[in-house]
Amino acid sequence: MELLIGQMFAGLSLGSVLLLAALGLSLTFGQMGVINMAHGEFMMAGAYTAFVVQQVISDAGVSLLVSVPAGFLVGGVLGLVLEAVLLRRMYHRPLDTLLVTFGVALILQQAARDIFGAPSVDVRAPGWLQGNIEVLGAPIPLTRLFILALSLLCLAGLVLLLRATPLGRRIRAVVLNRDLAETSGVSTRRSDQLTFFIGSGLAGVAGVAVTLIGSTSPYLGTNYIVDAFLVVVAGGIGQIKGAVIAAFALGVLQSVFEYSTTASVGKVLILIVIVVFLQLRPQGIFSLKTRSLA
Amino acid sequence: MRGLLRGRLGTAAGFALGTVLLLGVAPAVLPVFSLGLLGKFLCFAIVAVGIGLAWGRGGMLTLGQGVFFGLGAYVMAMHMKLADASLFGGSGVPDFMSLYGSGEVPGWWEPFRSPAVTLLAVVLIPGLVALVLGLAIFKRRVKGAYFAILSQALAAAFAVFLIGQQATTGGSNGLSGFRSFFGFDLKDPNNKVMLYLIAAVVLLLSIALARQLMHSRFGELLVAVRDQEERVRFLGYDPATIKTVTYVVAAVLAGIAGALFVPLVGIISPADVGVIPSIAFLIGVAIGGRATLLGPVLGAVGVAAAQSALSSTFPSFWVYFQGLLFVLVIGFMPGGLASLPALLGRRRRLRTAASTPAVPATRVRTPLAAPPEPEQNATMPEEARR
Amino acid sequence: MTMPTLLPDGEPRAGGLRHGRPKYLEVRDLSVSFDGFLAVDNVNLDVIQGDLRFLIGPNGAGKTTVIDAITGLVPATGSVNHTGTEILGRKVHQVARLGVGRTFQTASVFENLSVLQNLDIAAGAGRGPLRLLRRRKTVDAAVEEALEIIGLEGAAGKKAGILAHGQKQWLEIGMLLVQNSDVLLLDEPIAGMSQDERAETGELLRRIAASRITLVIEHDMDFVREFATSVTVLAAGKVLSEGSVAQVQADKKVQDVYLGSSEVEATDA
Repeated sequence: MELLIGQMFAGLSLGSVLLLAALGLSLTFGQMGVINMAHGEFMMAGAYTAFVVQQVISDAGVSLLVSVPAGFLVGGVLGLVLEAVLLRRMYHRPLDTLLVTFGVALILQQAARDIFGAPSVDVRAPGWLQGNIEVLGAPIPLTRLFILALSLLCLAGLVLLLRATPLGRRIRAVVLNRDLAETSGVSTRRSDQLTFFIGSGLAGVAGVAVTLIGSTSPYLGTNYIVDAFLVVVAGGIGQIKGAVIAAFALGVLQSVFEYSTTASVGKVLILIVIVVFLQLRPQGIFSLKTRSLA
Repeated sequence: MRGLLRGRLGTAAGFALGTVLLLGVAPAVLPVFSLGLLGKFLCFAIVAVGIGLAWGRGGMLTLGQGVFFGLGAYVMAMHMKLADASLFGGSGVPDFMSLYGSGEVPGWWEPFRSPAVTLLAVVLIPGLVALVLGLAIFKRRVKGAYFAILSQALAAAFAVFLIGQQATTGGSNGLSGFRSFFGFDLKDPNNKVMLYLIAAVVLLLSIALARQLMHSRFGELLVAVRDQEERVRFLGYDPATIKTVTYVVAAVLAGIAGALFVPLVGIISPADVGVIPSIAFLIGVAIGGRATLLGPVLGAVGVAAAQSALSSTFPSFWVYFQGLLFVLVIGFMPGGLASLPALLGRRRRLRTAASTPAVPATRVRTPLAAPPEPEQNATMPEEARR
Repeated sequence: MTMPTLLPDGEPRAGGLRHGRPKYLEVRDLSVSFDGFLAVDNVNLDVIQGDLRFLIGPNGAGKTTVIDAITGLVPATGSVNHTGTEILGRKVHQVARLGVGRTFQTASVFENLSVLQNLDIAAGAGRGPLRLLRRRKTVDAAVEEALEIIGLEGAAGKKAGILAHGQKQWLEIGMLLVQNSDVLLLDEPIAGMSQDERAETGELLRRIAASRITLVIEHDMDFVREFATSVTVLAAGKVLSEGSVAQVQADKKVQDVYLGSSEVEATDA
């Protein structure tokens, strides 16, 4: 029983990392039709940001608190640059954006190898995050609790931004109907850039978060990107609610499968579950309902 | 009529030239080692022919071709391991199994002792996997972007699965150390030349197959499905069938290529079949011209040659270069090198207008009730010429 | 096959063919709902072979949605019977194979294929796999005839993408013809055409309709007056009126929905 709760919790914290990664992907996919394969490398950049910050600020607690916004900024700026230089001319070619951003991902990975070396590096967790808390008799690491809290906080912030601010309204308008929003005077350029900044920033935060539960290597992005995309697919493109459900479901399922079989069989099972699920709902858990005016 | 005649003659001449170069000139001038290397490139070219069909003509971004390549390769590798064990070890148990596992051959390996089963499985297993997956995805009209992501996830899962099964698949080391190929000693240079020749013949055959498919009514239909899938339905066709058939053909070609890769290169491991090699298959296709017949072949051989020349001496540079290729070719020249002549000589273009089309549609808003799906493929400004 | 001809002689007339056993399209209680909004509300409609029926109505009346529902594009309730066969609830391509063809408001042809290839694909849904895998060596007689009818013989080898707007719509009609459908559903076939092209299209429609079940969505009332043999008026998803052009125009309810104007005058698309 304790083991199961422990596994469930490991699943939830994996889910929260996936959620942070998938939120940005889902936003940019929904709004611009961009499939950003470099998103995983933005995570990696966030993780290395945490590493660098800790080189400068040796106090692990302070450096963590600095790393979160710093990671957001680094991820966000990378996203902005990518959007401005390459993606803005490719909005109508989603499949091609996937390949172009894969090229960018290769370059960023190699850059990380050249700068930080191929072996992984570690970021120390602050003292107040070391240790466990007991939940129903199962020991839950504080770091995982922190990650869960962090991702829920980011989620709340994002939802607030989308629901309650003029900027959010503009973004939602563009997601629903790009052409109409454009002709109604919404500056799609501006909202595209902001969406990309925020989405990529969240990837950076996710990167900072994963330094608490594992080491950082140039391959960090590769490990998460495919799963993050599966979350977007299962949740429905551009659907935050769907992404939340799918991320946690995937995280928990993966932990449970790994627990009851092996890690490698677990991966295969997850994929089968998703393909079967798409037979029932080809658009994902939620989908945009629009009737194009024929 | 003149055009047709010239087309026919041109094709025949092209094939003759290709045959002479691949089967005559290359074995005569290249040392055995280089010939083996070229054989490896030709395997990639066979995969590329399939990708050109599925992606260039069919608009399906197949990010998981490594899986089919791997299935074919592992089937062949398993057979060769078993054959070696019987021939040289006597015990009939492949060496690595005694090292990592129980020393017993698992039941699902046994069928591959038979050469006939192996040859069938090289074709059937990738074909069946693609059939099931294709039907599951295309029949339910899962969107194009989803297809790309799922096929990528498949590649990731496949690699992870192989790594996890150390005792039965060799894990991350893969399968290697082969000594014989259907009874032929792999150390004998003559047999190495023979392997190369087999790869070259298979490539020529797969080009001929792709050509037939592209120029047939099926090929025209495939382009119609790529550009306006919904519209095709209203003419009484089920696009899912057309896409699935194409996907299966591409998968089978990849599987055969994988099976040839193993004796030529001497190793197959998860590093050859995962996400990154799967996507890497695409770059050559894109450079050569994804919608053309020969573009993918030449592109794949070119990229593979460049990689083998550069990646060992300048590993870091090679990765940057590969990344840049993706960015520049896909981003700025989606028609690949094949579109260059068309870009340069616009006037002559009109003459080929009647021939089979080579360009995915620009985004066309159809009045169909479904909102325009984001998967419609690239905007290519110019026709790619053959 | 005996010499096929896409355009037998004859004129369409209200009520359709009077002899033999004419084919028919019988729509009963057809409803389409988009998230609770009834876009099509219990529509009943009968079109007999040989009738040239026009479907008119203000914007948003649900005209296109009716066609979408019949062709299986949007889910609907009710029944659509094509000469004894229920076609509602089938997949789009199955409905097409049962002899129901349609065109679209914005001409949607395969821009990267030649005119000939477009027609050949439209003509070929019944081809077996072996014929599909062979190269197209000859031109079907029907395709040849269609090329002539739509006046694109000279452009057979041209890519459909470079055709003029009107030509694309003609190509769509040609595709519909060679598709060999008994039921033709045309969605604003003359939108964006010049006067001459309209007249020619109208004549073509009359020749086509003489032997088929034809339903045309149109906004241009002059065109409707000139070529329709019967008219159904749709408003807010419901059938408002039905009859000859004159009958419909005299209908008070119809005049009301067109903003009380004394004459039925719809905005041009």
